Amino acid sequence: MALPNKPLGETKAVKDPEVVEREVDILIVGGGMAACGTAFEVKKWAGDNMKILLCDKAAMERSGAVAQGLSAINTYVGKNTPDDYVRMVRNDLMGIVREDLIFDLGRHVDDSVHLFEEWGLPIWKKSADGKNLDGKKGQSVGTLKSGAEPVRTGKWQIMINGESYKRVVAEAAKLALGEENIIERCFIVELLNDANNPKQIAGAVGFSVRENKVYIIKAKTIMVACGGAVNIYQPRSVGEGKGRAWYPVWNAGSTYTMALRAGAELSMMENRFTPARFKDGYGPVGAWFLLFKAKLQNGLGEDFGASEAAKKELQKYAPYGTAAITPTCLRNHLMLFEMKEGRGPIIMDTVTALANLGKTMDKKELKHLESEAWEDFLDMTCGQANLWCATNTEPEKKNSEIMPTEPYLLGSHSGCCGIWTSGPDEAWVPASYKWGDAGKVYNRMTTVVGLFTAGDGVACSGHKFSSGSHAEGRIVAKEMVKFVRDHASFKPTIKETKEQLVDLVYKPVRTYLANCNYTTAVDINPNYIKPAGMALRLMKATHEYGAGTATYYQTSSKSLEIVIDLLGTMREDCEKLAAGDLHELMRAWEIYHRIYTVEAHLRHIQFRKETRYPGFYYQADYPGQDDANWFCFINSSYDKATSQWTLKKVDYKKIIP
Amino acid sequence: MPSFVIAEKCDGCKGGDKTACMYICPNDLMVLDPNAMKAYNQEPDQCWECFSCVKICPTQAIEVRGYSDFVPLGSSIMPMMGTEDVMWTCKFRNGLIKRFKFPIRTTPEGQANAYKTLKGKNLDSGLLSTEEADGKTLVSPQATV
Repeated sequence: MALPNKPLGETKAVKDPEVVEREVDILIVGGGMAACGTAFEVKKWAGDNMKILLCDKAAMERSGAVAQGLSAINTYVGKNTPDDYVRMVRNDLMGIVREDLIFDLGRHVDDSVHLFEEWGLPIWKKSADGKNLDGKKGQSVGTLKSGAEPVRTGKWQIMINGESYKRVVAEAAKLALGEENIIERCFIVELLNDANNPKQIAGAVGFSVRENKVYIIKAKTIMVACGGAVNIYQPRSVGEGKGRAWYPVWNAGSTYTMALRAGAELSMMENRFTPARFKDGYGPVGAWFLLFKAKLQNGLGEDFGASEAAKKELQKYAPYGTAAITPTCLRNHLMLFEMKEGRGPIIMDTVTALANLGKTMDKKELKHLESEAWEDFLDMTCGQANLWCATNTEPEKKNSEIMPTEPYLLGSHSGCCGIWTSGPDEAWVPASYKWGDAGKVYNRMTTVVGLFTAGDGVACSGHKFSSGSHAEGRIVAKEMVKFVRDHASFKPTIKETKEQLVDLVYKPVRTYLANCNYTTAVDINPNYIKPAGMALRLMKATHEYGAGTATYYQTSSKSLEIVIDLLGTMREDCEKLAAGDLHELMRAWEIYHRIYTVEAHLRHIQFRKETRYPGFYYQADYPGQDDANWFCFINSSYDKATSQWTLKKVDYKKIIP
Repeated sequence: MPSFVIAEKCDGCKGGDKTACMYICPNDLMVLDPNAMKAYNQEPDQCWECFSCVKICPTQAIEVRGYSDFVPLGSSIMPMMGTEDVMWTCKFRNGLIKRFKFPIRTTPEGQANAYKTLKGKNLDSGLLSTEEADGKTLVSPQATV
């Protein structure tokens, strides 16, 4: 459905919005890489009569984590094996992963990358004489699918000219699904269980951020894939710079919270990602390490990563710490060690790296090298390029500082929190990893019948990145069609009335309108709280108690007790969130989603009596890893009727040697 | 690094079918003031500096000013979108100017092959539609524990 993007004038919210009721077979919630994969794939399997609808909070052309573009595709298996892909992910995530999900992703991901190239994404290639060919030149040696060599920066990463990556992928998705089956600027905020089976999904509610309109959508099956969670901890920049999050600032934990509230089990929510990036601008470091071979130094100019002290430290975390590639969290750990010992800050030696590369290059090649360095930023983190300009930083002349960021929650990058899902229905997959409904297994189905997820939503299988998220969305598309085929007689029934649902979605608006005239300044009113204020309250609490940057990512049992108590009060106060316009209503629901997601995160950290990911967080009462007791998943669930959380251990099963 | 709209250049997209920046902003920040018929960024501290609005603006009315938290004044980076490339002009605080041109896509816009006529055959296999069409087989782990 085309968007009413003609100016609507004021987007003031009204008490009684229009209600649109829809009934579909398949509902796709989200518009990022995973949802685009689903949108591309679903009609290839669906019958002509099957009704499919996609709701995106933003515009698919530039929504999700790839909105800005990317300079690399981090998962392309190529001549490697899916088995080795599993081993790499397992080591990086300190051993506890779902190997079935990772293997399944690894065997499909290349097909999506081949499609990206066909759709028009420029992928760099190696020429016969070993030179890098980008843009259309890359095509001169053939396509990846036909066997051309990509430019590998690491074993799994390939370089692209990816400014328009999302536009290209969204274009194919929209063409495949049809504009008439897409509602943009529709923010789905709560999933609804079936009236006859509380463990089954039956619909969703949301609203338009452009018009006063509430959507009530019944569906036989739903995929929720709205990214990870950002702006949940106080960021290092607290003014305008709050927006300069490393992951997209609009990722509000909606995936996790909506699934959790629908009764789905979350898994490994204790996992987080605090990427070490160029300080403040948060520009990518992957190409600098892998393509340009740059090294880090401490403040004394020492190559601390190669020191005896570092080796000794890593040995404590064998076999992960002593593997050929040091896990991401332990690389952070070494950096934090230097900083805490007073040997900071950490510096990326770009000057030496470029000088070394330049030794074997002519002038033209040098110019291209410089261009590559800038493209790395301009393709995916434009602001970092501007920061270099503003600070007169030419990387060949001046080094830059590296700093671990505030924490993020995600399941597709170098993190693995998310929703517990079934694996594929194959003999090599352990029985405890497979489930479904009525005797059939549905791959990537959550523990709620009919509810699927992909990308950042799927727990315990990180390192899928953009390409893997797309492929996973495609896997889900097929499973959802299968689910609809197998549930032909299922009639989704919602127990809540239309008025109850409108009241749920528009409660912040109604709270605002009922109280806003009591004071002379709309933002300060004892009868309600605006989402902007609640966002700061959340960030302050997590920052101080929840292993934020304030404490070098350290928390303790007592701190966790305090912050979980604070979060409980925040959830109570969310009943008094107030929104004066539709944009603010979006923010109200986002902060609501963020709070639940963070609470899950901290309850998992509290439950796990060890420090599984040193460098990402430290539980001071339980330093180090305790494989004897904690080499297992932790799953959590929430009962929205009683507001009770339940956490439990779930056995890890090793599949790949 | 919030986006800002140059008043003189913005015409509110009054000749177009949509307000371009409002259409594209992934975080719903760009809005049109209908009285002035000019757009503005309604929540600058939630701007991801993704440049989507800058790139789509038909009158080049939108630019970006570095976050006041940590970016010194005086620099700018500006993209100019073409059909196959993006041209960047990067101006340093000290006056140095660098220009870069990067490819963005190899096919004409709107021509991505959506395989609209492709229909999968075996819904119960683990193969994706294009894998099935290519005659691929589903691999299993080389060895299991």
